[in-house]
Amino acid sequence: MESNDQPEKPVISKGLDAFFTNIYDIFRFIRRFFREVLRPPLEVKEFIRQCYMVGYKSLALISLTGFITGLVFTKQSRPSLAEFGATSWLPSLISIAVIRALAPLVTALICAGKVGSGIGAELASMKVTEQIDAMEVSAINPFKYLVVTRIMACTVCLPLLMAYTALVGMAGSYLDIHLNEQTTLMAFINKAFNDISFLDLFASFFKSIVFGFTIGAVSSYLGYNASQGTTGVGKAANTSVVVSMFLIFIEEIIIVQVVNSIR
Amino acid sequence: MKTFTPEIDYGNTVISISDLYKSFGSNHVLRGVDLELHKGENIVVLGRSGTGKSVLIKIIAGLLKPDAGRVNVLGLEVPELGPVALRELRMKVGFCFQHGALYDSMTVGENLAFPLSRNEPKIKADQRQKMVEIVLDAVGLSHTIDQMPAELSGGQRKRIGIGRTLILRPEIMLYDEPTAGLDPITCTEINNLINEVQRRFKTSSIIITHDLTCARATGDEIAVMKDGTFIKKGNFEEVFADNDELIKEFYDYNFTQ
Repeated sequence: MESNDQPEKPVISKGLDAFFTNIYDIFRFIRRFFREVLRPPLEVKEFIRQCYMVGYKSLALISLTGFITGLVFTKQSRPSLAEFGATSWLPSLISIAVIRALAPLVTALICAGKVGSGIGAELASMKVTEQIDAMEVSAINPFKYLVVTRIMACTVCLPLLMAYTALVGMAGSYLDIHLNEQTTLMAFINKAFNDISFLDLFASFFKSIVFGFTIGAVSSYLGYNASQGTTGVGKAANTSVVVSMFLIFIEEIIIVQVVNSIR
Repeated sequence: MKTFTPEIDYGNTVISISDLYKSFGSNHVLRGVDLELHKGENIVVLGRSGTGKSVLIKIIAGLLKPDAGRVNVLGLEVPELGPVALRELRMKVGFCFQHGALYDSMTVGENLAFPLSRNEPKIKADQRQKMVEIVLDAVGLSHTIDQMPAELSGGQRKRIGIGRTLILRPEIMLYDEPTAGLDPITCTEINNLINEVQRRFKTSSIIITHDLTCARATGDEIAVMKDGTFIKKGNFEEVFADNDELIKEFYDYNFTQ
């Protein structure tokens, strides 16, 4: 066999070659997820453990952020509505804002930061310490055990966390409205849900499913394919957050456009 | 030196490698490697860092694909195997990583039980627990069963790593730098463990190292790698009687200095 010591020439340019190779790798990664998601064994125990990590472990942060978001948004909106003597519209305004936009987006951004970085760092450190290779040589499918369970956990937990954020956000809003306008809980609920349609709820849940899948897939992909030792771990964690957030905003714009065209 | 005579069946080749090539971009790591491992034999692959020793065993385990050449393990051509056949083969080939590669989120007991629960789901939990205890006893670390990997020393991690591969009762063991980064006493313990595994579990092994004490203690045959190919094969005395500069350097560094 001939030995060729010349460096390989890029097809287009080095940067563009790497970009298209990356796109192809991501496509293959997602295709593999869909191929393996329903193939036995289903790794139920690990999936439940991941749901606990993604869902339950995020509750404290979500509760605080959701509650403050609802409360602050109500406080900021009141002066503008008060100018027109329309503070009675506050519950309706807040519910539209929280359920349609804030709850899905705030939940996704928090999870991108907390869960995405965690998954990216964990898988990357497993990769650089050869734990993923160790699974493979032990005749265990690491993709199924590590990646599929994490993406599924994010996809399932995000809508639930979103619903919880909405609830807590509305509670924060109610607290402020009750203290300032002496509105009763029943009156608040009646007004709040008067302008919320099935499409709003469906769109929010759908968005959260998409955001959850994005966070899980992006952070798993970057962690699973990490390199360069400990530097690679930090890079995977950081890039997971940045790319997830970027994609979440893009998806938000697209889904809002589609939903508004249906409305 | 070995304190027992290994039962090597020279008529039974478990790994046969011929004309193996592997490159990473323009870096040609393996350049025509030939190797035969017989049943019950320990072959030590010696060489400086970056000569392709680890790449060789990763190809044998199916973690990397070769560019060219034949890799036959237990009668199967590894590069041609599909996922299912490769999985079945891997149950017969144990791979011990340089730093143990223990799963950080699991206890020592769970680390050992994990490959068993995935590959032998019919084995009941209490039986599995017993097998874990037997293997931990074989590597001399029964007391660590409930400890986390972070609580173990480097030598203990390597022993547990060896135990984790033994639990599937492999026919072939691949050791990647088993004594790297360890003190001389722990090195001797690991060398003894490798020999004990060969004697007790009747395994055939490839041991990647640049530690000549390990090579002399564990190897039935030594193969010296330089620039991606073997420059010398034979038993320890034969190899180090050679006048090659690299071999002399190795010997001097390990035993003279």
